[in-house]
Amino acid sequence: MSQLWDFAGGVHPAENKHQSTARPIRTAGIPDHLVLPLQQHIGEPAEAIVTAGDRVLKGQKIADVTNGMGVPVHAPTSGIIENITDLPVPHPSGMNDRCITLRPDGEDQWLPLNPVSDYRKLDRDEVLAIIRDSGLSGMGGAGFPTNIKLRPPRDRKVSTLILNGAECEPYITADDMTMREKAEEVVAGLKVMAWILRPERCVIAIEDNKPEAAEAMRVATEGTQIQLAIIPTKYPSGGEKQLIQILTGMEVPSGGIPADIGVMCQNIGTAVAVSQAVFEGKPLISRIVTVTGEAVREPGNFEVLIGTPIEYLLEKAGLQADKANRLVLGGPMMGYTLKTTAVPVIKTSNCLIAATASELPAPPPEQPCIRCGECAEVCPMELLPQQLFWHSKASEFEKAEHLNLFDCIECGACSYVCPSSIPLVQYYRYAKGEIQVQKAEQLKSDRARERFEARQARLEREQQEKEQRRKDRAKAAAEAQSKKKAEAEKAATEGDATDERASKAALVEQALARKKSKVDATKAETAEPVREKPDIETLEKQLQQAQSKLETMQGMLDDAKTQQADNVDKLERAVAKNHDRVKRAEDALTDARNQQANQTESQSTE
Amino acid sequence: MAFVQQSSPHAHNARPTSRVMLWVVIAALPGLLAQTLFFGWGNLINVVWCIAVALASEAAILGLRKKPVAFFLKDNTAAVTGLLLGLSLPQFAPLWVSAIAVISAIVVAKQLYGGLGSNPFNPAMVGYALVLISFPVAMTTNWAEPALLWKNAPGFGETLTTIASAKQTAVDAWTMATPLDEYKHKIARHTAEEVLRHPTFGNGIARGWEWVSAAFLAGGLLLLFLRIITWHIPAGFLAGLTIMSLAFGNNADQYAPVSLHLLAGGTMLGAFFIATDPVSAATSHQGKLIYGAGIGILIYLIRTWGNYPDAVAFSVLLMNFAVPFIDHYTPPRTYGHHKARRGITGRNQG
Repeated sequence: MSQLWDFAGGVHPAENKHQSTARPIRTAGIPDHLVLPLQQHIGEPAEAIVTAGDRVLKGQKIADVTNGMGVPVHAPTSGIIENITDLPVPHPSGMNDRCITLRPDGEDQWLPLNPVSDYRKLDRDEVLAIIRDSGLSGMGGAGFPTNIKLRPPRDRKVSTLILNGAECEPYITADDMTMREKAEEVVAGLKVMAWILRPERCVIAIEDNKPEAAEAMRVATEGTQIQLAIIPTKYPSGGEKQLIQILTGMEVPSGGIPADIGVMCQNIGTAVAVSQAVFEGKPLISRIVTVTGEAVREPGNFEVLIGTPIEYLLEKAGLQADKANRLVLGGPMMGYTLKTTAVPVIKTSNCLIAATASELPAPPPEQPCIRCGECAEVCPMELLPQQLFWHSKASEFEKAEHLNLFDCIECGACSYVCPSSIPLVQYYRYAKGEIQVQKAEQLKSDRARERFEARQARLEREQQEKEQRRKDRAKAAAEAQSKKKAEAEKAATEGDATDERASKAALVEQALARKKSKVDATKAETAEPVREKPDIETLEKQLQQAQSKLETMQGMLDDAKTQQADNVDKLERAVAKNHDRVKRAEDALTDARNQQANQTESQSTE
Repeated sequence: MAFVQQSSPHAHNARPTSRVMLWVVIAALPGLLAQTLFFGWGNLINVVWCIAVALASEAAILGLRKKPVAFFLKDNTAAVTGLLLGLSLPQFAPLWVSAIAVISAIVVAKQLYGGLGSNPFNPAMVGYALVLISFPVAMTTNWAEPALLWKNAPGFGETLTTIASAKQTAVDAWTMATPLDEYKHKIARHTAEEVLRHPTFGNGIARGWEWVSAAFLAGGLLLLFLRIITWHIPAGFLAGLTIMSLAFGNNADQYAPVSLHLLAGGTMLGAFFIATDPVSAATSHQGKLIYGAGIGILIYLIRTWGNYPDAVAFSVLLMNFAVPFIDHYTPPRTYGHHKARRGITGRNQG
């Protein structure tokens, strides 16, 4: 086995996993209605492409994202679209959001599927398109669109692909049971992702408290180059950053992504979904959810259609309503409580805990912090949780930011051990929220100021122009006056009688001429852009600018490297970006030159 | 159905403050036992009296501050302050002296600064320093002789009467200065060999004191084992003191030897029970090492060249002053960063 590293801090909460691993995965079945939120992942919400009353087939796309980052939503079974309206969705705030309600017709009729027999014959982009069109987003936590994650920045080569089967949160066994029962699919999905990314190393990481899953994966990976890493059980070893540290000894730079150090993590469930999307042509319409807690009679794992109301799922697991005190979506360390059972299962829902009052008791009242430092001892990010707490409580957000508040992963280890039972994570969330609000306001006020200044400048300019025009008019008038005077004098002296009619005719002619010239001018104006010549000079200037910027960035990077500053990675990224920019500018310039050459050629042939 | 709404984490496994404090009391018991065995009933009476005064004054001031009295009394922190004072005050310190020490510790040093968690200085040491400066005679002449030297050891009743009577003349036969003080004053005129011939020092390092120190060391190791304290402060503390006394005091005919520094005074009690008070100590590991080392160094300086014999209290208080400064410059390096963001907020950003 390859070398493992340890990460700082961590805790060992009671695992409570055996309750839900006693039975094999059960199918939850089709509820009488399905609620499909349009936003189930990070990024843009999808837009409905069906309307109420439409009949849809199982696997049919019912919402899609056309602009920006996102993935489509598919009908989990065949039926009639009932309505598209705001309904409660799974969210810590208990908010409502736009959802499509589907009334199943019970026929469960599939759309014709297009499985791919040999994905290796396809282009990588085609496979990525299949993954996107299947509606895949990360099934572990945040739910990042999988196709985008599988396409890291061009300047970042993924050398290590990690399949995260650590599942360190207590209670949750969805990944555990998936590995036990669908090991082949997990490996097949991993192989597809590895084919896309071409990493040097593929690792499946499993905590040592899941020997059955580890054995199943060992059998499934036999004869492949996929490594199996059995890591010590410690919360939060399944946190992406911690897992990367355990397996590679490297740290993801603050504010960066794992791809910055050549690593990528994918979830077990995501691998299964990739396998189903490619080999079976099936979109993501169901997932494995752990339903557990002392308030359900038959805890276990269910294969649940996305959109299944929690209510239905609890009923399937035998909820004892009188015992249920707290409903947690997710694990007991990072999950959030639900106000209502009307919310649906979405692509990121991995666990549902119906806990009794004695199982997850209310914390004792908050006491003053005595700076015991337990929180700092267990913090996996090596922060100073108590300092962050004071600064957050005192609204000293700058100081909290200075102590790297935004590096907090909200794992809850600090709150878990706090002898004064202070809800520390809650304070950090508050501080982060406040800082974001402040930043947004700062941005808004900056924009308002810019707008105001621009308006002031415009008004001033207009005033000046007006003044100028007035002056010009006055000048012209004075000239005309003097001319007239001179003519009158001339006429008077010469004694020629002026023909009134002739002069009038002349005036009319003048007016006509003016109008004509005006029309011509506008014609010329509109005609001009039709044949736009590539502006080589501007392009050259742009190229120069881009090159000089690249040089300064490179200089800054070298400085930063010699000083070992914190921002080396950021600068590296900036340099890479500027490389791209120079390249683009060069391309544009050569294009333009070619185009011009063609034009002159065509002109000469004419 | 109405469900409980709570923010994550939903699981907790904390050792509440009250239990932590209880463990501190338990860990101090071997030391108290050793004190009673070697120096008579004095410390035991002091401890009981100080805890009683501490709880009473804490309750009174919490009442005045309109805070929930029972809620805060139950955290056992006032009891620990009383305990620490009872352990460190001279065996025959009069009741009124210890009462003043405890009341100023609880009322002034702790509650007037905002109560538990808000005090910048170690309350017990504030109380100790206050009475040391205010009543130097009562504080320096009331140390008991080791039990072995007593011709007719005072019983419990006699000790109690002595402590309560507030008269000092009657007990001259049993009291003396501490070995460190003795050594410091005698070495000016004698050689080390001559000084150590004095019965106070016995055959070991300092009769009785070495056992008391060993008992506090054992209690301290228990706290370390229970992860109530980390090793950083005691290690820095003992290292600072040891290195100083090896560097400056290697000549036993001039200065007290290192063994006396470590085992003849309040060193072990200070290193494991007093300096480790989390409220007034530095927070990061590096900060704790610096903080502990600072105390150790200051103890050596004050013991060797200072006028007052009790260096631990002053050193701890002086380093309490430095804690905000230390904390500013010793945050740990956070995951994913090249180096720690040190110094005052707003600088070294990025």
